Amino acid sequence: MSCSGTLSILRSDSYAELSQYRDQHFRGTRYDQERLLRKSCTLYVGNLSFYTTEEQIHELFGKSGDIKKVIMGLDKVKKTACGFCFVEYYARGDAENAMRYINGTRLDDRIIRTDWDAGFKEGRQYGRGRSGGQVRDEYRQDYDAGRGGYGKTVQCQ
Amino acid sequence: TQNVARLLPEKLTVYTTLVGLLNARNYNFGGEFVEAMIRQLKECLKVNMYNEAVHLVRFLSDLVNCHVIAAPSMVAMFENFVSVTQEEDVPQVRCDWYMFAFLSSLPWVGKELYEKKDAEMDRLLSQTESYLKRRQKIHVPMLQVWTADKPHPQEEYLDCLWFQIQKLKKDRWQERHILRPYLAFDSVLCEALQHNLPPFTPPPHTEDSVYPMPRVIFRMFDYTDDPEGPVMPGSHSVERFVIEENLHCIIKSHWKERKTCAAQLLSYPGNNKIPLNYHIVEVIFAELFQLPSPPHIEVMYTTLLIELCKLQPGSLPQVLAQATEMLYMRLDTMNTTCVDRFINWFSHHLSNFQFRWSWEDWSDCLTQDLEKPKPKFVREVLEKCMRLSYHQRIIDIVPASFSVLSPANPVCIYKYGDESNRSLPGYTVALCLTIAIKNKASNDEIFSILKDVPNPNQDDDDGEGFTFNPLKIEVFVQTLLHLAAKSFSHSFSALAKFHEVFKTLAESDEGKLHVLRVVYEVWKNHPQMIAVLVDKMIRTQIVDCAAVANWIFSSELAHDFTRFYIWEILHSTIRKMNKHVLKIHKELEETKARLARQHKRRDSDDDDDDDDRSTDREDGPLEEQIERLQEKVESAQSEQKNLFLVIFQRFIMLLTEHLVRCETGGIDVFTPWYKSCIERLQQIFLQHHQIIQQYMVTLENLLFTAELDHHILAVFQQFCALQA
Repeated sequence: MSCSGTLSILRSDSYAELSQYRDQHFRGTRYDQERLLRKSCTLYVGNLSFYTTEEQIHELFGKSGDIKKVIMGLDKVKKTACGFCFVEYYARGDAENAMRYINGTRLDDRIIRTDWDAGFKEGRQYGRGRSGGQVRDEYRQDYDAGRGGYGKTVQCQ
Repeated sequence: TQNVARLLPEKLTVYTTLVGLLNARNYNFGGEFVEAMIRQLKECLKVNMYNEAVHLVRFLSDLVNCHVIAAPSMVAMFENFVSVTQEEDVPQVRCDWYMFAFLSSLPWVGKELYEKKDAEMDRLLSQTESYLKRRQKIHVPMLQVWTADKPHPQEEYLDCLWFQIQKLKKDRWQERHILRPYLAFDSVLCEALQHNLPPFTPPPHTEDSVYPMPRVIFRMFDYTDDPEGPVMPGSHSVERFVIEENLHCIIKSHWKERKTCAAQLLSYPGNNKIPLNYHIVEVIFAELFQLPSPPHIEVMYTTLLIELCKLQPGSLPQVLAQATEMLYMRLDTMNTTCVDRFINWFSHHLSNFQFRWSWEDWSDCLTQDLEKPKPKFVREVLEKCMRLSYHQRIIDIVPASFSVLSPANPVCIYKYGDESNRSLPGYTVALCLTIAIKNKASNDEIFSILKDVPNPNQDDDDGEGFTFNPLKIEVFVQTLLHLAAKSFSHSFSALAKFHEVFKTLAESDEGKLHVLRVVYEVWKNHPQMIAVLVDKMIRTQIVDCAAVANWIFSSELAHDFTRFYIWEILHSTIRKMNKHVLKIHKELEETKARLARQHKRRDSDDDDDDDDRSTDREDGPLEEQIERLQEKVESAQSEQKNLFLVIFQRFIMLLTEHLVRCETGGIDVFTPWYKSCIERLQQIFLQHHQIIQQYMVTLENLLFTAELDHHILAVFQQFCALQA
């Protein structure tokens, strides 16, 4: 009797799976990156307000386990917070729970997004947009008070 | 089907019907299926998978309804289950499980079994009754969420189930809630040949057997709470049991997938006949408040409730608000551990909804003593809300009248900060240090600056220079923490950079204690910072766990003793200790395994390899490693035991002091402080029960002796009764 369809639903853990995103700046093969992602204890956290503090992040992400380190994402030029961070746990299981229960909930009234990260390396704490912040803030057209207002290209018009 | 039956127990009648129909077509299939299920049941019991085993038993009993299993053979199996209660020298929790497996199957199959074998069933039920009357229930108060019986008593789970089954019997086994698809196929099924269950002997009790913990049935709603909607089945109705069991099963099946879990809960059949939202909210809080621990990680329940609110925005938030209000009203008798969970849940929930709440509804708490449960709860909630946002936000979201409960602005207190403090001893050194640190001084430079600090404990100075000097510690720690106050990362960097200085100053036990004291003095407005600093200092071995325990019970912290953050720190400290022991143990086991593999490889190579001399040399390093790790494990285990002993000792001292004072003063023992303290002691036992079980003999002989005040001894006795 084949119930493999149902059984796969029962074992489903979709929130903790890898997303489609792969870091283009990663040094190594796709295979290397995916191997690291699958055993990583580090999460990338996006859509933060520029005003969200390390303390707030620690409080929220501490709900899924003991945090080893929080690294705030910085504008490459201004060296101020630019709306993302890395959260590293001691245990992968705690990071998985963050993916299951903290991803997609609110911090500072904003829905934040978490994703697996291959591991922090010096330099990765900086935004990769041309103006120094994150790429997404370069081109967006909307007004976001928590992320510096309009996108950079709009601001320069 | 078997796996699905085990993994989706809330849908079991669908699968039993399927099996029934297949059995009607193919007798052998039915036989093989039943045999496989029995094998699986035996396996589960052998490996302590008791929750799965219950579902297998229920599945088997429903197969009676589908004409797959003959009723008399099922009764025989239940007779063997109930006879476990006659076994001698076995833990009560073992008998409890077999009793539970029998009783909890009756809503499904009671009618059929009673129709076929009423005399035998009557006998089983009367044996059940006498067992339930004679079993001990000392453990129950430790597991209750509220100490009061009104409006809903917190019944022991077997007692509640027994009431429900008795009522079911009185109703002539008429059970109307469970969906029974097999009824529609009765004409086909009744033609089928039935199988007899093989005689089932319960596997004997062994030293490795670990039975489920006893439980208390959590209830917060009854039919009066939703007057407009369908009637909620009564607390002793079997429908209530079945609904709760199935909802718990759904959560157990889908806890990793919050959207699916919420959808499955809301699509539970019978929606228009039962107030489903109320059942769901009650079941979720039942799990969240379960003692000793919730079945799943706390944050899951917060997120699940948010998903449910998203799916039913017109009805569920109102039920949740009603539940919150009810929980608030009953705070006076709520177990402290459960209040902790309520605080965490409510503050996190609010942070997802812009902290919108009708705080004025709770202004009754403003007129109460701040140590009373209600104002205390609001204070702790506001503090947690602030941690998820920022201080001004909290001031803005509460009415002005609530400012007395608002958290302090989490700023650092630097005693050498103001010119007006220049008369303080160490002031000039503090200034020196500040300049030096800003100029990127090394550890050595710091040491030389600190050399100039006089030691107020002159007589203790043995001339070595590095004895306990509280002033040195004060000046250094105050200054450094003040300079690094900007963020957690800044403070962690500071601890790392000057690790050597810290280690030296905090070498002695008094040194460690004083470091902790100074950290508190600097950061008492920012409990979150204190917690992360203590965590870091333990992990970098600046202080040890016993020092933290002693610090928590010290007189300097008496004022904060009942605050939530103190207990978060203590339990986090204990957990670190536990994880440390497990980690070294694992290393030891892994190294032993490596040695064993090496031996195995050598044994299989023996025929080819004539060089036997290298074997001893190869073993050498690994054997040495194992010896070292063995020592490490023993030392860690000893440190772990010592930590618990220190904690228990301090509790006993503190509580005894209070009890004696009350007795001599003629005042009532039961102050808010006392309730909090005794429940915190209970919490230590409950949260770390597996580790503490190892120390029972020491605890009984050394600490929890008969001379102890009965109030304190009762906690220990309740704990012993949990797995007895």
